[in-house]
Formats: sequence, C-alpha cells, structure tokens
Amino acid sequence: MNPDPALLERHGLTLDEYGRIVGALGREPTLTELGIFSVMWSEHCSYKSSRVHLRTLPTTGPRVLQGPGENAGAVDIGDGLAAVFKIESHNHPSFIEPYQGAATGVGGIIRDIFTMGARPIALLNSLRFGPLENPLVRRTFSGVVAGIAGYGNSIGIPTVGGEVAFDESYTGNPLVNVFCLGIARASDIIKGVASGAGNAVYYVGAKTGRDGIHGATMASAEFDETSAEKRPAVQVGDPFMEKLLLEACLEVMQTDALVGIQDMGAAGLTCSTCEMGSRGGAGIEIDVSLVPQRESGMTPYEIMLSESQERMLMVVKRGREPEVERIFEKWDLHAVRVGEVTTDGLLRVRHHGDVVAEIPNVALTDGAPVYRRPMTEPAYLGEARHVSFATLGTPGAPNEVLRRVLASPTVASKRWVYRQYDHMVRTNTLVLPGMGVAVVRVKDTPGALAMSVDGNGRFVYLDPQAGAQLAVAEAARNVACAGAVPIGATNCLNFGNPERPEIMWQFAKAVEGMAHACRVLGIPITGGNVSLYNETDGRAVLPTPVLGVVGLIEDASRVVRRAFRTEGDVIVLLGESRGELGGSEYLSVIHGAIRGVPPVLDLDREASLQRVLIDGASAGMIRSAHDCSEGGLAVTLVECCIDVPVGAEIDVPSASSPPEGFEDIATLFGESASRAIVSVSPDRETDLLALAGRAQVPARRLGVVGGSRVRVSIDGRGVLDESLSDVAHVWSTAIERRLEAAQAVA
Amino acid sequence: MTFAVIVFPGSNCDHDAHYATTHVLGQRAEYVWHKDTSLGSADVVILPGGFAYGDYLRTGAIARFSPIMAEVRRFAEAGGPVLGICNGFQVLLEAGLLPGAMLRNRSVQFRCEHVVVRVEHADTSFTLACAPGQRLRMPIAHGEGNYYAEPDVVARLERNRQVIFRYTNADGEPTDEANPNGSVNNIAGLCNEGRNVLGLMPHPERACELALGSADGLILFESVMRAVSGREGRMRVAVFDK
Repeated sequence: MNPDPALLERHGLTLDEYGRIVGALGREPTLTELGIFSVMWSEHCSYKSSRVHLRTLPTTGPRVLQGPGENAGAVDIGDGLAAVFKIESHNHPSFIEPYQGAATGVGGIIRDIFTMGARPIALLNSLRFGPLENPLVRRTFSGVVAGIAGYGNSIGIPTVGGEVAFDESYTGNPLVNVFCLGIARASDIIKGVASGAGNAVYYVGAKTGRDGIHGATMASAEFDETSAEKRPAVQVGDPFMEKLLLEACLEVMQTDALVGIQDMGAAGLTCSTCEMGSRGGAGIEIDVSLVPQRESGMTPYEIMLSESQERMLMVVKRGREPEVERIFEKWDLHAVRVGEVTTDGLLRVRHHGDVVAEIPNVALTDGAPVYRRPMTEPAYLGEARHVSFATLGTPGAPNEVLRRVLASPTVASKRWVYRQYDHMVRTNTLVLPGMGVAVVRVKDTPGALAMSVDGNGRFVYLDPQAGAQLAVAEAARNVACAGAVPIGATNCLNFGNPERPEIMWQFAKAVEGMAHACRVLGIPITGGNVSLYNETDGRAVLPTPVLGVVGLIEDASRVVRRAFRTEGDVIVLLGESRGELGGSEYLSVIHGAIRGVPPVLDLDREASLQRVLIDGASAGMIRSAHDCSEGGLAVTLVECCIDVPVGAEIDVPSASSPPEGFEDIATLFGESASRAIVSVSPDRETDLLALAGRAQVPARRLGVVGGSRVRVSIDGRGVLDESLSDVAHVWSTAIERRLEAAQAVA
Repeated sequence: MTFAVIVFPGSNCDHDAHYATTHVLGQRAEYVWHKDTSLGSADVVILPGGFAYGDYLRTGAIARFSPIMAEVRRFAEAGGPVLGICNGFQVLLEAGLLPGAMLRNRSVQFRCEHVVVRVEHADTSFTLACAPGQRLRMPIAHGEGNYYAEPDVVARLERNRQVIFRYTNADGEPTDEANPNGSVNNIAGLCNEGRNVLGLMPHPERACELALGSADGLILFESVMRAVSGREGRMRVAVFDK
C-alpha cells in the first residue's frame, strides 16, 4: 500500500482513511473506487466529525412519521396528512457563484421533499452575509437573493419567509440555508430504499455532465485565495427541468409502481445508489455507459461523481416499467434503465460491461469513519464574555439609538429581498412575509402550518450551549405567536473547521444545548444538515446553528399576526425584561462589539409562555403577538405598529439589574428571552392576564394602541416620542438605501 | 359552467386557477394538457401563470406552438371567453391573440406584491360585473411584465377602448410610482377587438379569498359567468327565432 500523497490530498482523504478503504475492499481501490469513497467519506456526506454529537438529539415523538436518515423528516398533522420538511445549506457554492449556488440549493431541498412523495408548498431561507458596505458582499447578497427567486419563482413554490442577518464574519463565507415543506398523505410516504432482487434501477431527469464533480469535497474544505478556481464545481440549475421532474414523479408515485426513489444531490449517482442499497440491505449494479450524458468522453469516475442537477434514481417494481416510462414520456422526460437490484450488498459499477468499481454499500455509508475530534474551550471566551460598560462611553439618546438599530440591515425591513420572491403562488399564504411568522393553510383541511427559521450567531459565539437553546426557543416562540403548536424541527448547523478543537467545542456545546432545549420543549428534530469548514483564510464564521420549527394551527381562521390592529386595543407584555445587553444588536450596531453573556433562558418558563400564546390565540383572545428578540422591546413595538400602520403609547417598568449608566438602554434594547408583545381588545384584557397568571407567566399591561406616534415612558418618565411614519421610513428603506448609496458611489 | 385550465409544461398557477373556479366559485374546471387537441365542453378558457417551457427563450414564445393553442385560437375566434393571466397573458401576446410584447421589468427584478388596478371599461367578458373606474387590489408576481407596443398600436388600443386595466395608486391615479414594471401607459391588462379575450399581469385567482389578503379578483370570474350565461341565453333565443 503506497498511494500517491498528492492523489489522496486531491480527494481529501488521509493516509489512515486510505488504509481503511483497503481494509474494506481487501485490496487497493481503483481510481473510480477512490473517487466514490472520497465523496461518501467527505464530511458533507458522512457527517464523520458530527455524527457522535448528533446522536444525542431527540428525534422521536408521537407525531414523528420519519426521523433523520431519509431524504427528509415527516410529522403527522392530522387528517391523514404529513408535513415533510428539511433545511439544508448551500454555503460554499453560494460564495463561489452566488446565483447558481443559491438556486441549486433551492432545487436540492425541493427534490428532497418531493422524493418523499410530498407536494412542496413552502420555502423559507436563512441567510447570512457580511456588511453591505463591502462591494463583494453586495454582489453575493443580490446574487443569492436573485438565485433563490429565480429557482423558486419558476418552479412555482412560494418563498414565504425566512431571516437575513449581517455580520463581518460572514464576509468571505455567506450562509445560505434553505428550508422546504411539503404535504403528503401519511400512508403514501415513499423512501429512498432499493430492494427486491431483479427490480430495475432507473435514471431520470437531466443529462449528466462534468459540472459539480467534487462538490461534496469542496463543501468539506475551507476557502482560501484559490477558491474562485473552484467555480466548475458549482452546478447550474434548471428549474424548468425540475418542475417537470416534480410533476412527473408525483404522478408516478400515485401508482405504487415504485419501490424507492432518491434524488441525486451531493455526490450524485454515487450517493443515491449506495444509500438506497444500504437502506434496503441490497446490492445495486449499474452500467454507467447507459447514463444519459451531456458531454462526450466522460469516464466512469466523472459520471459517478458528477453533481449535475435535476436527476433522480428510482427502483421500479418488476412488471411496472412500461407504466412508469409512459408517465415520464408524457412530461417529455426519459426514464432510462441503468441497472438492477442485486442480493450481494455490493455497489457494482460497470462501464460497457466491464466492472470498474465493486464496493460493499455499507462500507460507503454506515462504515464511513466516525471521529471524536479533540475539543478545547476557545481562548476568546474569557474576554468576550465580559463587557466593560464604563469604557463604552455614553450610551446615546434613546431616539437616536432607536433609529440606528432600526436601520441595521439585520433588523430593518427585508422587503427588498422578499418582494423578489413569489410568496403567494399556490394560494395558501395566510401571513405574508414581513407580517410575522410565515403561515400557510393546508388545503382540504381546516388547519394551517406556521414555520420559522432562526439562529443568532452572536449568542452562540458567546455561549454555544445557551445560544443554541435560545435559537430553539425563539423559533418555537415565533410559531407560538401565530397560535401554532410546535410539532417538529429541522436544523442546519453552520460552523468552522472541525479539525480545530475550539470549533469542535463550539459545535458539541451547541448540539448539547439544542438537544436539551428540544427535549424540554417537546420538539423532535426530524432531520437536517451540518455544514462545517465555513472559514476563509483561517477565519471562521460566527457559529450559527439555525433551527427551522414547524407548528400546527388547528383552525386557520384563528391565525395571529404581529401587527396592532385596532385603536384602543390594550398592549400587554408577556414575560420579564431584565437588563440583558450581552450579544445584543445594540452592542453590535452602536459599539461594534460582540461581547457579554447572552440572555438567560429558563426553558420551563419559555414553555409556559408559548402555552399562553397558543391558548390565547385558539380562544380568539389575542389580536396580535410578536416575539421580542433582536433590538429588544423598542424595536418590537415599532414593528407591531408599522404594518397597519397605527401608533402606540406604553409605559414600561425599568428592567431589573441593568448595567450602570445603561438603565434606559437596557430596558428599551435589552434582548431578554421568553417575551412577547401582544394586543387584546379592552374587554379581553382581564382574560389574558388571568390566563397568564394561571400559567405563572409574568404579564403586564403596558399601554394602548392608537395615534400616529410611538411613545414610550419608563416608570412614567418619557423616553421616546417618535412619529411612526418617520421611524417606519428608516426601517423600511434601510437596505435599499445602502444598496443605492453604493451604486451612487460606483 | 366549465372552465378549461390549460397546462403547459412549466405552468405553475394552474392549480390556483382550478381551485378558485371550483372551490371558491363552485364551478367545474378541467385541466387541459397542452398536447391535447380539444377543449371539450369548456365555456371559458384560462391560460394560467407560470413559466411555460421555463421561459428560457422569451416568455410564452414556445408555448404558443403547443397543439392546444390552435384550438384556443378557434375558440377565441368563435367569441369564446379566454383569460390569460401573467404567463398566460404573455402566451396570448406571443400567439398574436393580443397585440404587443413584454419586456423585463424596469427594476430588472422579479416583483411580487399587491398592486391596485383601475377597471377602464366594463364591456368585456371579464369585467361585465365591474363599474368603470372601479379599483381592484390584486397581487402581481412577474419578472417580465413591462408591457410594450409601438406608439401607433398603443394609440389604437386606447382609441378602441381595449386597455382594460391600468396600474394606479390607491386613489385611482395612474402615476409613474404606481407602475410596478414600467408598462407603457400603465397598462396592466387589455382585451382583443372582440372583447372576449383578455390578458392581464395581476393574478385575479390569487385574490379570491379575504383570508389571502383580497377577494377583488372574484369579480373577473363572476363577470365571465354572467357573460357566458347571457351568451347561452342569446344563443337559445337565436335557436327559437329560427
């Protein structure tokens, strides 16, 4: 055994891993086999660094129909239906080629959903970029948004919500996490399984080209100055082709002629064949010369590793082939028989009949290496967790701070983004983007689903365990604000290089926090994605676990939005404000600091708050509800006023134990967890306060809705008195102004 | 009454048109595959929104060659009501059933939002139930809705009262600010000379339920239902006259 070190490096394999390959095969691998191992054992496909930690996540529950390990997770939503959903990252490709990187990310997650037999009905995304002042970031930002729009709009699945945040650390490594949800009949969920010796293996969809070879390996390495040269590893999307595939596959699935189906995403034909075989305990034999090819002279190595988009692999029941072929013909697609299921458990790849690879499926999947990578608490934490407020200078006048925080792109209106997305197609969107958490109705049922994707890299950076818990709490609280019971979640874990012990520590702690929060709140995680190596030139992004939570609303007519609706309605704060500025938007925007200790989270109190929000909504008691998070109470209040628009006047008690000299700031802009601003009609005020009292959730009447100004006093002392239209203008135009100012300079 | 909803490869508002006509309006609707050559017993034809053939060449440019389009043309020429929504409007333009063409939005971006349009004339199959000047709030969702025609064509359309919907502000004024895509004369929708073929960029089928933000689009469907029953009435009269 004496492999060429350069060859191994090109394949991202260590000498030790090469040794394991030789062990699994009982001989030296061919080049094709080496390529197959390299993609299946890449971090992206094998989860080799993360797997030991992911095992601790709660993945079961009474509603869970499908947990992790399939193309997507599924939960029971009643009426015989299932919500099928997953979130996935496309960070690396989106940095190299923003439009196509983001577009193919959308295409990939949609395939994961319809592969399960579900009709996709909603897309969301969670995006992170560097500061918009940077021209490279502006190009990435506008390219990613256009790419998401280009794919989602064309295929006709609405992009109904999401979040966008900005921080220096994402400059050279944006995060593009895309979430898709579909609806299936619970009894018709179909899996990525190959079984039944002699059943035909079909290839359908776009032709295979040389694009995306080693995409999975690319997503498992850091960026450096040569990354631009990796552009050929990014695939090009064709949403029209995928639309045809989607309709044709759903039509075929109506017939029960399929044994299993899987999309060809990362690692393409390699991954779909060995995973389907492995799940079914079967072998698969294919001849790659039968695979439709876009370019001439492709080698078996290239065909097996290509990541060309919009392709599916299916196992068809014997005798049902003509039926399946007919449906694909109708959609002008050609289903091509490329092989069959065998009994020997091997992935056997032929090329014009000659065997070019023969590998036990299990060696590629369950047999992939698992690492317990070393962990160390990062040195930065000691200093970063301390804020010396005395040295920050004077905090600034509240009205000035309010305007600057409202103008922060992370807080400001994302209209520039979502107006480029078709968010209404399929006529299910009950809450439009920018109006609160995304809610879509489920046709033919009385219910609706609320969805929220959330993560706060600053909190996780300062305390991975607490930060991840806060992400779970916030996402669940968001859906609870709409009146939805959180019933399932999917996660996307974006971190730096796991070979660095500090990063691995962040990852492990974050997963620990997420697992604990999901357990206490009773929210199973049914799948997700890990994206590591989010670094450029040795600088990691803020550790950013993103959680996508799905909530069920029994009665779609009882959906609660965030906006104050009627003059005279009573404004109530649920939860308690402590003087918590650690990791806040305030510190970041005004003082350029990511410091301090994230807000304290009591998960039992959080659960009680969510119960009050849900019960208050289903009783028709709550008129509006909005989670109080980034930017604190003052920003949340303004956001509640903007949509209708209608003003508000409130008086709040001073937050407990604020930093000295920052008392008002901490009250207005502190980001204490487990809070929501709700409004009720005056005659329901006592009902709400009683409901909260029974749940032992602190609740306090703050003031009333009305007028055209936003007025806030603290313990009777006026601190803010702003024209709503003025602050609304600051908030709603902040992103446009940054982009236009840049254009003017250019 | 039966609506035929044409399905091109890449149509993606076909389900929405079907849902609005069946679930909301309680009528019959049938999907007609673009390779079909018969509209069956359809009383009204809808060309739905979407990205027919991916719109890679030019919006609607390939869809107009679909076999069913010959049948749609015959249906329209016989006076049958045809509604082209968004991509369906683009197909009608490419097929020559309506004059003019679509350019990319002047923002060079896709736009999805509610807009206000003013009903200019109530004497078409799809605006019978409207009052002239009535304002309707409906969503748009398109990247190429910037209507263009040569000045003499636009002048003829205006003279013939074929401009049926115009983008306006909330007060009904066709300002430049209220124009979401740069369309000439703020044109949002127009009809043929026979006033039975209508194309518009806004999506009435997405504005049929208050739960979705607006029910203003219903009036287009209610109009055509009235037009069709009136037409049947006239045809019956004609039979009796013989």
